[in-house]
Amino acid sequence: MGKGKKGSHLAHSRSDKVFLFINYAILSLFTLSVLYPLIYVLSASFSSTEAIMQGKVWLLPVQPTLDGYKAVFEYKYIGIGFGNSLIYAVAGTALNVVLTILAAYPLSRPDFDGRKAFMLLFVFATMFSGGLIPSYMLVKDLSLLNTYWALIIPGGLSIWNAIMMRTYFKTTIPGEMLEAAQIDGCSDVKYLLRIVLPLSGPIIAVVALFCAVGFWNQYFSAAIYLSDKNLFPLQLIMRDILIQNEIDMSMLSNVEEVVKRNGLRELLKYALIVIASAPVLIIYPFVQKHFVKGIMIGSLKG
Amino acid sequence: MNATYSSGKKLKRIRRNWQLYLLFSLPLLYVMLFHYYPMYGAQIAFKDFNAVQGIWGSDWVGLKHFKQFVESYEFWRVLRNTLLLSVYSLVVGFPFPIILALGLNYASHVFFKRSVQMITYAPHFISVVVIVGIMFQLLDPRLGVVNRIGEALGFEAVNMMAKPEWFKSLYVFSDVWQNVGFACIIYLAALSGIDPAQHEAAIMDGASIPKRMWHIDLPGIMPVAVIIFILGMGGIMSTGFEKVLLMQNPLNIRTSEVIDTYVYKVGLVSAMPNYSYSTAIGLFKSVVGLLLLLGVNGFARKINQESLW
Repeated sequence: MGKGKKGSHLAHSRSDKVFLFINYAILSLFTLSVLYPLIYVLSASFSSTEAIMQGKVWLLPVQPTLDGYKAVFEYKYIGIGFGNSLIYAVAGTALNVVLTILAAYPLSRPDFDGRKAFMLLFVFATMFSGGLIPSYMLVKDLSLLNTYWALIIPGGLSIWNAIMMRTYFKTTIPGEMLEAAQIDGCSDVKYLLRIVLPLSGPIIAVVALFCAVGFWNQYFSAAIYLSDKNLFPLQLIMRDILIQNEIDMSMLSNVEEVVKRNGLRELLKYALIVIASAPVLIIYPFVQKHFVKGIMIGSLKG
Repeated sequence: MNATYSSGKKLKRIRRNWQLYLLFSLPLLYVMLFHYYPMYGAQIAFKDFNAVQGIWGSDWVGLKHFKQFVESYEFWRVLRNTLLLSVYSLVVGFPFPIILALGLNYASHVFFKRSVQMITYAPHFISVVVIVGIMFQLLDPRLGVVNRIGEALGFEAVNMMAKPEWFKSLYVFSDVWQNVGFACIIYLAALSGIDPAQHEAAIMDGASIPKRMWHIDLPGIMPVAVIIFILGMGGIMSTGFEKVLLMQNPLNIRTSEVIDTYVYKVGLVSAMPNYSYSTAIGLFKSVVGLLLLLGVNGFARKINQESLW
């Protein structure tokens, strides 16, 4: 984004100064209101059961403990779900990135005959869908129900990402390079692997991030395609715990008092929210610069 | 003569580029299978599907399922909830990212600007399950911090997640909370594309910041805003289905049942799942959504010369 332009070093009139002051104030207030729920959850997850049950947590942890995290690690299905989600995210992202590149590169080539028709075919698929039941029947007919593949294959390609990547190829890789390579007898596959991909690190990182987040966060396909709890991704396990409040207390260490037990239940929820969101929240700032650029390029028509 | 010559050239080019077609074949196969085959399967909306005869072999019944849906008691309730929720989302969700982008654009302090961006992007990456989970925790009538603050201010505790009258507002404003930062990226991109000379000239003429926002920045982001709005209108029949489903409970179902959740229940949850009826409702939704998208796009093109393609 533009740095220091818009005449920021020019003297501002008094009314503009007031305006800028109010602007900063509103932005700060808004940012704090986005931040507060996240900080609250983080603080609650480190507080004690008593502090939670007596409503003592407002901003910072009260009587800090790690009880919530202990409970998370003792709870059998959370570990299994975490492992499954990792498998889904890694395998799904790998497949997705490969398919996205395979779709995007030919579509970016002006000498790829039929690309307009193919583009239309792709874009139409994003605007119209056969619906939930026909998709479900397809997965069923392919005998993918209740297998790992059910969560990986149907999400194998995001058309928007492919279009974004196509625009990136078109706008950042000069056409002369292809001509030169072709004169040297370089094949299309070789050109893609040796020239295009090494120049496309940022866009690949962005697509990989978006995919990985998508796979990590999905729960609905798991809810309709899976019935074996050992295949459940973390999000589905979390739905049972956070939303449906189904917590198997027998999986947690024996706590006799009812109040403490209820407190542990709540603590477990807070700690679980933190653990499930941490991987994504730790990764995205590293790719932030790239996805801002990726979205800018993706928003170009071309 | 000319035509055969150019088609011969084309054929030669296709032959030379065979590797591109090979590369493209896999994603093409994927799109045909996972996007177009379900469209073919959607014909069961016009049939009485039974598993023995399959998609092709089941008997045609014409518009029976569509009629049944339109005449059913559920139709108006579900349609009304869907439209109200979408319009509410669009009206509230559309201006926020624009306002945030305009404000951020004048925050020249680099560290401040970066921090605001990083923090407001964060919720976008959190899953719906966690978002709704956080809502349940914070809005809990006894332990939730929102009700505790309310009580300290003298309000009575409310179990908002169970109140039908709260459902839509909770849905819309939690969505704003989650997505406003991320949605503003595209507007910031558009703002950075505005020629600085325009601002310099305006400053010379003594234009105040609000004036520059109104006369330079706003027109500058208008094309992007129109496109976002068109896409939003196209999505008006489909609500954030996964989130609605998570927020739904027997107490708020009166206002929270939307077309997508209804399709899911009729087709997959019900004790007697009805594939054809459910598909018909889904198809009704898809067709209306597509028509809306095309209609709004055509309208925008006419008055504004701005459109998706």
